[in-house]
Amino acid sequence: MIAIVPMVASTVVAATPLIYAALGETVVERSGVLNLGIEGMMLIGAVAGFAAARATGSDGVGFAAAAAAGVALSLIFGFLTLNLQTNQVATGLALTLFGVGLSAFVGHNLAGLPVERLAPITIPGLTAIPVVGDLLFHYDVMVYLSVALFVGVQWFLTKSRIGLTLRAIGESPAVAHAIGKPVLATRYLAVIFGGATAGIAGAYLSLVQTPMWVEGMSAGKGWIALALVVFGTWKPTRVVVGAYLFGGVTQFQLFAQGFALPIPTEFLSMLPYAATIIVLVIICRDPRTILLNQPASLGHSFHPTA
Amino acid sequence: MLRLERRATPSSLMRFASPLLAALCMLMTGFLLFSALGKDPMEAFYLFFVKPVSSTYGIGELLLKTTPLLLCGVGLALGFRASVWNIGAEGQLTMGAIAGGGVALWFGDSDSSLAMPLMVLAGILGGMAWAAIPAFLRTRFNTNEILVTLMLVYISQLVLSWLVHGPWRDPEGQNYPQSQGFGDAETMAVLISGTRVTWGIVYALALALVAWIFSQKTFAGFRMQVAGLAPAAAAYAGFSEKRNIWIALLLCGGMAGLAGICEVAGPIGRLQQQISPGYGFAAIIVAWIGRLHPIGIIFGALLMSLLYLGGEAAQMGMGLPSAITGLFQGLLLFYLLATDLFINFRLKRVDSGKTRPTAPRESVA
Repeated sequence: MIAIVPMVASTVVAATPLIYAALGETVVERSGVLNLGIEGMMLIGAVAGFAAARATGSDGVGFAAAAAAGVALSLIFGFLTLNLQTNQVATGLALTLFGVGLSAFVGHNLAGLPVERLAPITIPGLTAIPVVGDLLFHYDVMVYLSVALFVGVQWFLTKSRIGLTLRAIGESPAVAHAIGKPVLATRYLAVIFGGATAGIAGAYLSLVQTPMWVEGMSAGKGWIALALVVFGTWKPTRVVVGAYLFGGVTQFQLFAQGFALPIPTEFLSMLPYAATIIVLVIICRDPRTILLNQPASLGHSFHPTA
Repeated sequence: MLRLERRATPSSLMRFASPLLAALCMLMTGFLLFSALGKDPMEAFYLFFVKPVSSTYGIGELLLKTTPLLLCGVGLALGFRASVWNIGAEGQLTMGAIAGGGVALWFGDSDSSLAMPLMVLAGILGGMAWAAIPAFLRTRFNTNEILVTLMLVYISQLVLSWLVHGPWRDPEGQNYPQSQGFGDAETMAVLISGTRVTWGIVYALALALVAWIFSQKTFAGFRMQVAGLAPAAAAYAGFSEKRNIWIALLLCGGMAGLAGICEVAGPIGRLQQQISPGYGFAAIIVAWIGRLHPIGIIFGALLMSLLYLGGEAAQMGMGLPSAITGLFQGLLLFYLLATDLFINFRLKRVDSGKTRPTAPRESVA
């Protein structure tokens, strides 16, 4: 029973960056925009957050800087795809390639330097409860904020007026535009939100998970977040469940090594990537699942007439 | 005041001018960047773009790095034209290197004249087999090829890592994660003496020509172009989408696999943990900058190769991180996407004294 506690705890830590990145992308895609640049924005967030936290000694400043860096990159994407109507797939790929290059360039002198890991917070009375306290109340503040983010996004998409507008724009920007909804502004806000969450997800890697800056340290997590949005059929609840499942898969390898299973570590490291493919196959196997859930205008440019 | 106005027909001049404009913008950004870093921009430019290719050896290095970029770029462009988004050429390259390298290790130091043809064949088949996975999953299970090809990049690199750490590790290699060096018969002949460039560049150029003939002169190539330009028309004409996906992925996989074997049987000479500095990803930019056209891609691959050489030179000569290459690559693609706007639109001077025109502008699908 007690042995499960560290397993759950490390799963939560592994899942948290995926939750940030995937929830942000869910909002972006529900507005009809496909941003494949998460990986690049995460890396920029990771290096910006690391540099800022080292310079100021404050994790809060680090995460704020990471969010700002993610937003800056997402604005390039927004300008190109929304104003200039470039191909969203190509622009997203460009964003990732640019982010990989830029983060490696600016992070050149930061590689290998230490930073203090963001500490778990203690909640008086609750953290001290045996087992339950360790399971639920022994995490860093970003874990709790990720839960809050989930609640917020779920409420925003299903209950708020502007969330409904955003979904309408994602289904049919032409109709939304015709009844006077601000397509461009809404999509911009969604893209910016996605940039901020991806930046925070990256900083979680460099300030909590590792905690240090390593070139290309996201190692495909941005792409896994994209797959999670499909896995969750664009619904926040399922996206979060998927993120925890993936967190479990990534942690499994550590425990398998602990049990000294006769499997090379490389094959255990393949698990998250192989799992992503398998999960995509399961979800996409029935084209109706995708057709019924995917925002109808996803990936299409929209040019308002008059 | 200037205003964007849609052209009646897309400008063919801008189609060709846009990559040049993008390269110019990239250079201007580079100028500012070097200045900001406290380097003399003209000297930095010379070191980055001129010095690396001012010797025969340098030209050889340029062609050497052009080879994988050209092979992968041409292969990717075949798919992009048909809206098949294979972005995992890096993984197909790695699998080609593993398959071809495995054959080379099997031959050992043998002088067999069969070794090289079999290695090349294995490399091509290895890349094809790796690309067959996303083709099968897309056609059979409707699975997005972007994510699958990308995940397979990570998996292929882990397979390679396992091989060079484990079963294929050189027992006399002082524990370095690398295989034994390939024998003479398992190494590609050098094309120009005094350089490292191999016959791979000849294969690559020949295949670019074949790809051009395929996409321009064959019915299969035509079907793929229609599928990319007008999917509804392709469906109405009864062109099989599945067949297009298979052709696009298998051709690209084969070409990327060939690129992989050209690398390990050429300049590298063995299998090791890292065999490509991201050629498969850079080839995405090469394909776009070359207008998805094999001849254009030759120029795109040369430019990208120069960026790699310049990055190495900047690292040695100016103490700048070689990651500057990736930065320039990303910038180049951004600028290209932006300047492509002028293919379909033009800037028009609007007389601000008159009332603004209110006629609806055409929408872009």
